[in-house]
Amino acid sequence: MLTIQTPEAVMFWFLAPLSVVAALGMLLVKKAVHSALLLAWVMITLAIFYIAQDALFLGIVQIVVYTGAVMMLFLFILMLVGVDASDSLTETIPGLRPIAITAALGFGGLLVSLIGRATLGHSAYGLTAANTDGNVQALAKLLFSTYVWPFEVVSALLITAALGAMVLAHHQRTTERPTQREQAIARFRGASLGSAAGLPNPGVFARHNAVDVPALLPDGSAAPNSISATLKARGDMLDSAQFELGEVDNTVTEEK
Amino acid sequence: MNPYNYLYVSGLLFTIGAVGVVVRRNAIVVFMCVELMLNAANLTLVTFSRINGTLDGQVVAFFTMVVAACEVVVGLAIIVTIYRSRRSASIDDASLLKR
Repeated sequence: MLTIQTPEAVMFWFLAPLSVVAALGMLLVKKAVHSALLLAWVMITLAIFYIAQDALFLGIVQIVVYTGAVMMLFLFILMLVGVDASDSLTETIPGLRPIAITAALGFGGLLVSLIGRATLGHSAYGLTAANTDGNVQALAKLLFSTYVWPFEVVSALLITAALGAMVLAHHQRTTERPTQREQAIARFRGASLGSAAGLPNPGVFARHNAVDVPALLPDGSAAPNSISATLKARGDMLDSAQFELGEVDNTVTEEK
Repeated sequence: MNPYNYLYVSGLLFTIGAVGVVVRRNAIVVFMCVELMLNAANLTLVTFSRINGTLDGQVVAFFTMVVAACEVVVGLAIIVTIYRSRRSASIDDASLLKR
């Protein structure tokens, strides 16, 4: 016979609304990164629920696998894919949102009223008897006796998934990689001989050696192609004029 | 309080996840909502394992976690592949079969 102690009840009434609110927020926030963080919070509360319900092993696995591995994978892919128009909350199919909310209210109401009315025919037993040798030991006994065949099948599935991800992530070249000889020919037979000896490095002949300051050519003009294209596109290129000798304050002051 | 309260939370989380799959457009957010639904199902399994006094529910929840991990690996690889060819992670953009 299961009796639920007061601490668990307090924990439940504190964390359950928080987890539902976080899940709702995940639906409503605009940025995918915020959704990911809210989902991580929901998963941590679920882990606490598992531990409170005598499922110690699953609680730890939930934190390690879900919040540790899966959510970090999600964040990693989010950083890789970046932010684009798909983050906006405008609906593209007209009338989809009211239909979805109506269906959700109906489905959720059905589930809640169903749970409220259903009875099992017996009161809750609790896991004290099943966990006498420890939760991990009891789970291991089940996993390697009754469930050993599903366990093997799931391990095969895991290996197949890893292989599948490798196949999907494999990038096949559509053109041949240019050889050193072809690169040299392209450099000297190209439109201009100006870059035949390679592009100038940032800071060469300049009065500042940071990568965001363009090099100065021998005639004193700036060479914009000495800066990385990424910095140029982001507008992070500095003007080398502010480092001219006439502008720099060269009075010597005593250092303390 | 009785352990059935966990089932209400689980049902609500599942419903919210289902709405998210329908409403959101970013493929990664849709995928996270699928994860939320899987987690809600896991909470149901763990709760019933406690109500029935056997550990079978926890073993099944463990298998669900493994399958979810596989699903995340392959699904995210598919999203990255689509993103590489179409430069977009929106599920509305992948509609070549419609035309």
